[in-house]
Amino acid sequence: MNDAVNLDQKPSSKIVEIDSHAINFGPQHPSAHGVLRLILELDGEVVERADPHIGLLHRGTEKLMEYRTYTQSVPYFDRLDYTSPMTQEHAYCLAVEKLLGIQAPERGQWIRVMYHEITRVLNHLLNLTTYALDVGAITPSLWGFEEREKLMEFYDAASGARLHANYFRPGGVAKDLPVGLTERIAAWTETFPKFCDDLEELLTANRIWKQRTVDIGIISPEDALAWGFSGPPLRASGVPWDLRRTQPYDKYAEVEFQIPVGRNGDCYDRYLVRLNEMRESVKIIRQCLAKMKPGPVKVQDRKFTPPTRGEMKRSMEALIHHFKLYTEGYHVPAGATYTTVESPKGEFGVYLVADGTNRPYRCKIRSTGFAFLQATDLLCKRHMLADVSAIVGSLDVVFGEIDR
Amino acid sequence: MADFFYNTAVGIVILTFLQALALLVPLLIGVAYLTLAERKVLAAIQIRKGPNVVGPFGLLQPFADALKMLMKETIIPSGANRILFLLAPMLTFMLAMLAWAVIPVNDGWAIADINVGILYLFAISSLGVYGIIIAGWASNSKYAFLGALRSAAQMVSYEVSMGFVLVTVLLCVGSLNLTDVVRAQQTVWFCIPLFPMFIVFFISTLAETNRSPFDIPEGESEIVAGFFVEYSAMAFALFFLGEYANMILMSGMTTILFLGGWLGPFGILPQLGVLWFVLKICLCLFFFLWIRGTMPRYRYDQLMRLGWKVFLPLSLGWLVLTAGALMAFGWLPNV
Repeated sequence: MNDAVNLDQKPSSKIVEIDSHAINFGPQHPSAHGVLRLILELDGEVVERADPHIGLLHRGTEKLMEYRTYTQSVPYFDRLDYTSPMTQEHAYCLAVEKLLGIQAPERGQWIRVMYHEITRVLNHLLNLTTYALDVGAITPSLWGFEEREKLMEFYDAASGARLHANYFRPGGVAKDLPVGLTERIAAWTETFPKFCDDLEELLTANRIWKQRTVDIGIISPEDALAWGFSGPPLRASGVPWDLRRTQPYDKYAEVEFQIPVGRNGDCYDRYLVRLNEMRESVKIIRQCLAKMKPGPVKVQDRKFTPPTRGEMKRSMEALIHHFKLYTEGYHVPAGATYTTVESPKGEFGVYLVADGTNRPYRCKIRSTGFAFLQATDLLCKRHMLADVSAIVGSLDVVFGEIDR
Repeated sequence: MADFFYNTAVGIVILTFLQALALLVPLLIGVAYLTLAERKVLAAIQIRKGPNVVGPFGLLQPFADALKMLMKETIIPSGANRILFLLAPMLTFMLAMLAWAVIPVNDGWAIADINVGILYLFAISSLGVYGIIIAGWASNSKYAFLGALRSAAQMVSYEVSMGFVLVTVLLCVGSLNLTDVVRAQQTVWFCIPLFPMFIVFFISTLAETNRSPFDIPEGESEIVAGFFVEYSAMAFALFFLGEYANMILMSGMTTILFLGGWLGPFGILPQLGVLWFVLKICLCLFFFLWIRGTMPRYRYDQLMRLGWKVFLPLSLGWLVLTAGALMAFGWLPNV
């Protein structure tokens, strides 16, 4: 190489760029909560950017519903957020009822509210304990599953299924509670607060737990609202927004309960809010049990709910109703509604457009976790890798619901 | 016969070999049953039954597990450095066994009763980090590498405070020989006068063995399994055995340094010797398991802070205090 060429070239210094490295957090990751895939750009162990990828559990629920009658769509709602099935059925049933202009009878409403709260406990138990598992405490999850088992037995007793209940119907619930179930639930409400105390003993004042969660993943109330947060993560930031209070559905206007609100919007507050919500849920369940009167559990209009077996044996008309309901279903008058419930995770909404046929024209589901997930980057930025699993755990994301 | 064993070269080799066997076989059985004990203790904490199908009370479970591990295929990732990848678990396992050479299980019952016993132990346990680093690097995986980095930082930090704790004990004993350390505790076990050091040492052993709440090198919910994420079959089993053997070793060390080794409490039943030693180890191990069942995991930086900003000043301060007290009251051991 001669000098003339060398002059043309830039001085031969080597520029070394120290890049952040990316790791693939999931979908096959123990704390990915199902099929979350986060692309994390790390600087050492500090997260520079968290990029959530979704769609790995997409089943096309909303599209499938357009080809099912209104009744046939109920089970899809169990399978959205599979940790809180009945609350989602509740949202859908309320939406259909609103379009039909019917209302569930008293007892049906009380049963729905009670199961709504049982579902809330069911969901929070799973979330809190697996969240603890993400932070490294292994015992709470096994304690929690013990309690969950009892609640699933209540599910089982009422609906015949432990998980995918398919119990709520537009116009009430599928069938009345079996004899003796209310006593069992009442007995459970007596023992459950003790369980909450035990759980708190393991975590609430535990120094390591606090070090791992306090001031981790803080979100301000303004940000939380701007990112579309709802439910416990929003309340942990200090916004007392709870749809059960602000726009009560079914019997929520008639029960007394407190809304736990956090102050800092960090992982610890989200934990505390959920824990106290479980205690409040127990209070609501007790009130439901006390106020529940015997009576019909679904509307008695045979155009919407099926007749009893006995009736069908006697009356031709009942038989026809049954046949029509289970083949064609009912026609819902044209219209649209956006109906929400306070699911354990937050605002769960169903936007339902009816065109006068027996099938929804369009159903858009507002999944709660989607809003939380889109804020992952905001929450995880400049936190350590270990905090990511704590934050994702505290947000309570479930992919059945996010991917739909 | 005795002449053959003690005075001929072949005899000494055979004798040492037999001694090593007499120590390592019970140790490995101990490791096997520690895995069972862990599952049983955790099960009790978590209101479960634990393994109870294989053999009475699940007593054959460890052997079933070992057999399963042996039957599995050792998978070597295509990007891995094959030699180092296989060397790492062997190294870890070997080091965990090697350290036992100097542990006196009873008065005079040590394979090598050397005068620098503590230094030897300290050196061997420091080498343990190599197995992990090599494993993490050779796997050629980001998760494994992160785990290895965490582990290296963790072990180095906690060894510093552990070193000071050891020096404190040495000051009180006046010897580096482990048998002498236990003999010095005839009147009172060191866990009483040196109580804060005992706690620091025990917590450091948790960190040193990568046990909960310091199990961040293998932090399941963060980096999946850390440094051994790519390992399977026997290679994995060797890490596993190494970890548990290390737990027993560290409990043994705690026992010797602070809990009076083979001495019975208040001098009762001195003839039990080994049994006391084993019992105390079991007690320490139970604490290991108990802590695992109840504590969440520290974060990497919090662990570092605890090591450097809390334990280091504390142990250093207590070292100075101990030295001062020994000097002031003329309690220094006559060397």
